[in-house]
Amino acid sequence: MPGAPIVQIRHLFKSYRRGGQVVPVLHDLSFDIAQGEFLALMGPSGSGKSTLLNLIAGIDKPDSGELRIDEEEISRLSESELADWRSANIGFIFQFYNLMPVLNAFENVELPLLLTGLGKRDRRERVELALEMVSLTDRAAHYPSELSGGQQQRVAIARAIITDPLLIVADEPTGDLDRVSAGDILGLLERLNSEMGKTVVMVTHDQRAAERAHLVKQLEKGELAQSTMPRATA
Amino acid sequence: MYYLKLVLRNALRHKLRTGLTVLGIFVAILAFGLLRTVVESWFAGAENASTTRLVTRNAISLVFPLPITYGERIRRVEGVIGVSHANWFGGVYVSEKNFFPQFAVDAATYLPLYPEYRIPPEQMKAFLLDRKGCVVGRKLALQYGFKVGDLVPLRGTIFPGTWQFVVKAIYDGADAKTDTSQFFFHWDYLNETLKKTVPRRANSVGVYIVGLDQASHAPSVSAAVDQMFRNSLAETLTETEKAFQLGFVAMTEAIVVAIQIVSFLVIFIIMAVMANTMAMTARERLAEYATMKALGFGPGRLMTLIFGESLAIALAGAAAGICATYPVADWFAAKLGTLFPVFGVSPHTVIMQVGAALLVGMVAALFPGVRAARLRIVDGLRNIG
Repeated sequence: MPGAPIVQIRHLFKSYRRGGQVVPVLHDLSFDIAQGEFLALMGPSGSGKSTLLNLIAGIDKPDSGELRIDEEEISRLSESELADWRSANIGFIFQFYNLMPVLNAFENVELPLLLTGLGKRDRRERVELALEMVSLTDRAAHYPSELSGGQQQRVAIARAIITDPLLIVADEPTGDLDRVSAGDILGLLERLNSEMGKTVVMVTHDQRAAERAHLVKQLEKGELAQSTMPRATA
Repeated sequence: MYYLKLVLRNALRHKLRTGLTVLGIFVAILAFGLLRTVVESWFAGAENASTTRLVTRNAISLVFPLPITYGERIRRVEGVIGVSHANWFGGVYVSEKNFFPQFAVDAATYLPLYPEYRIPPEQMKAFLLDRKGCVVGRKLALQYGFKVGDLVPLRGTIFPGTWQFVVKAIYDGADAKTDTSQFFFHWDYLNETLKKTVPRRANSVGVYIVGLDQASHAPSVSAAVDQMFRNSLAETLTETEKAFQLGFVAMTEAIVVAIQIVSFLVIFIIMAVMANTMAMTARERLAEYATMKALGFGPGRLMTLIFGESLAIALAGAAAGICATYPVADWFAAKLGTLFPVFGVSPHTVIMQVGAALLVGMVAALFPGVRAARLRIVDGLRNIG
């Protein structure tokens, strides 16, 4: 069950410059995400949901406002501090998996552990466990090009959880998958949330994917439009 | 180990592109090594010159001779332990293309001043006893197949007529840097012939070779010798053997400079090719760099990967190029014959080849490395799909 707020967003503004023009993306956004939450961010293209996810993940910085994650004001961290913070606290799942094509599944999952200082044996144990969780033990030696889209995304999920992060951010995790594979991936995300207590923030266009979340927040023109709890209404 | 694996796999990702780049570097490093070897060979005579030998020549020009009587006076200068003389002969063996240096020397005094020429005692004895005898270097003997006892005819250009010599000795060098492409015969044979044919040219020498007791006496002995003959009919210019050799190099300096420029141009061109390859590679991988940055990899680690890949490609090509330099230089030396008395790849050349490869690798990685380091994650991730 969701607990105390792990993400606190207060009066968040973000805009981009395009062709000399300032394009506002997020406008005075304030809300919390509770620990153990499974949140889906929805909205039309250009509503700012991916930008919000990037800010929460610490790969972009807001123009103004507060963004606290586990009591850490991340908008004030330097680039190198943010990099360290991300490696310890964020697990990424991308729409197109973003695996390294020259590394096999095992090595792709191992990649984030290189920043932890763990020894080879510890890394191996962790990677084997993560691959087991996503049911890909037998595919450990396979390269991304030898895996289906669903399998690649499962490798990406194993990579996302390998450092036991505070928060898992997923940007359209099922956007490139067929319905069956998408169902598998959403099931995995649910398990991470329910069994491991991971806080999951997912951006999606897919209503079916959003229905697997505890909470759905709709963004429109950079502002929160509404929040719904799909499971409560189901 | 993981990073090394990543570097090598990235380097081999586009095998054709990497292969062609390695081939380009191989050719460039090989060409650079050969051109540097040519430049070094040009200076080899000067570099290998003895510090305890001086050369005294006519102050006006080398083409003007000096009287034979100067020898005894030079011998009396303090610090001088031996004096000999030599004349450039400039003969033609069979045809003009068979060039090799020939000197008429006073064998009894000349050869002791050159301990780096190693002659078997019995051959030395035979040479000294035969007025028409000659000594040839090992390289020369190998090139033309000269053996002891062979008759060698030379057509004189400076000293007209056909001159017959009998090979009495073959000398070897004390080390690989010793010039063994020379031909020596008795100055007395030349002088006595000139007395009969062109008497006004007899009793004169081209240069005096002055042996010193120690190298530090070179300035004082040079000054004393030249002072001795000041205001005479044949004033002298005495210089170290190295300076004397460099005087010849200076005559062809423009060629050396041109070769040096070409050698560096070759490296510059391959640097541009390699930089283009690495820039293309980095451009294709912006999404991967962005992903790695998102996972927490800092700019330093990304730059290390890019520099590592660039250096791996550059050093692979360089290793092959350096290995090939030796046999190609040997083949080149065989083709050149005695044009360069000493033609070999020196450790200095290899160091320069390695340095050039490192420079190419580093410079080529600089732009993509900085680009990856500065890449905004959100911009890099847009390159997907």
